[in-house]
Amino acid sequence: MKTPLVDVRDIEVKVRGRRLLHDVDLRIDEGEIVTVIGPNGAGKSTLLKAIIGAIDITSGEIKKRQGLQIGYTPQKIQLEKTMPISVERFLALAGPLPKGARGEVLATVDVSDLRNSQMSDLSGGELQRVLLARALLRKPDLLILDEPTQGLDEPAEARFYRLLADIRHNSDMAVLMVSHNLHVVMAESDRVVCLNGHVCCSGAPAHVSADPSYKELFGARAELALYEHHHDHSHDHGECSHD
Amino acid sequence: MIDDFLLRALTAGLVIALAAAPLGCLIVWRRMAYFGDATGHAGLLGVALGLALGLPMMVGVAVIAGAMALVVSYSARRGDYAVDTVLGVFAHSALAFGLVAASLLPGVRVNLMEALLGDILSVTWSDIALISGGAVIILGIMAARWRMLLNGTLSPELLVAEGGSLLRDRLTFTLTLALFVALAMKLVGVLLITAMLILPAAAARPMARSPEQMVVFAATIGMLAVGLGLWFSWVSDAPAGPSIVVMSSVGFVLSNFWKLLRS
Repeated sequence: MKTPLVDVRDIEVKVRGRRLLHDVDLRIDEGEIVTVIGPNGAGKSTLLKAIIGAIDITSGEIKKRQGLQIGYTPQKIQLEKTMPISVERFLALAGPLPKGARGEVLATVDVSDLRNSQMSDLSGGELQRVLLARALLRKPDLLILDEPTQGLDEPAEARFYRLLADIRHNSDMAVLMVSHNLHVVMAESDRVVCLNGHVCCSGAPAHVSADPSYKELFGARAELALYEHHHDHSHDHGECSHD
Repeated sequence: MIDDFLLRALTAGLVIALAAAPLGCLIVWRRMAYFGDATGHAGLLGVALGLALGLPMMVGVAVIAGAMALVVSYSARRGDYAVDTVLGVFAHSALAFGLVAASLLPGVRVNLMEALLGDILSVTWSDIALISGGAVIILGIMAARWRMLLNGTLSPELLVAEGGSLLRDRLTFTLTLALFVALAMKLVGVLLITAMLILPAAAARPMARSPEQMVVFAATIGMLAVGLGLWFSWVSDAPAGPSIVVMSSVGFVLSNFWKLLRS
């Protein structure tokens, strides 16, 4: 068996005494596309932050393959209007890179014409592409995307996923992403992980969408406008597969 | 011929304006103006401590401001309060504690007016040597760590994902700020230190197209404000520190007006 890129074992994350994640196992292998879904407050972003090391885990362990290069796109960046910065300069902040790398990556995500634009002038979709460009700059083995389509309308979201599929097609990097939209993501994913503080179910898209705990989770979300962090869904561990 | 004390004030002011530019921009970008206040106000407590222990004023201020910066940056995001509430509590408590401590010190009288508003006209050449040395350290650290500081401002997660250290980013920022407070305290006093930092940076924003440009413009505006403020203070007999800040705020208004006209 090959060494996984990332092996998350039985982790728990507590912030200010509140348990955001518990008993989470997640293994990402080379070239896999893994999508994490779950309601608001399910700990999806927390899981990604734990994997990149931006948040401390309180127990368990996260093993990364030696020399693993991670490309990461944050859910948002603190731009506001206060920092004047061009797309070109923003990419340059990724550190020293071979000449032409920035132009190449901008062409890949199809925003070459925005090179000299100010970051604060970009639309939501353009900003996501630039963030993706920055993540791709380091030629990552693993691309981690935190709700990359948040705030995009449906056509823009579809375009973003098509772009991602194209990029993925031309390289063998693995992708780990958080999504709140199931339908667009699942088609491309090898594996879907359904998260709500812990892993409720995971597996191939078809398997997960047939899983009762998935149905309950997203059914519950539709009915409860205010999602609470308590366990408001039942568990049938016989049918909920944990890997 | 320009008087010697005016020349000293001008030199010290220009050096401080230069050191304030990158720090001020970072404070504006990170939306941490209150953090500057808390650190600055702690300076007064530092003066009292320095006097009580017989240490040079700058040492006392640097130590207390540094401790304050660390405590605030550690505790601001914990607990049940919004960040601005915590920072407000720290900033004003530090000021009040400093005022009380200064008045309770046996045997010595702290010149409160000077501690609060500064006295740039009384700086000596040895003060200037100290201030310049400190400014070189601040600018050197800023230059060496600029990319990390920008990344830490834009997205702490991105900084970490790309192999950076959030702790190092926060320490660099808070400790250089504490050093700045120690340097600027004698010139503009604890009340106006934040103004020296954020006003030129805010004034520079409408004209700048890159982070570095904003720093350069902030330095230019800050230095102009020092020159004009000292001139104004000289001809009108107004206190020098506040006059400098008044000129910065004029710069802020003009720069935004310019932006308005262009759009």
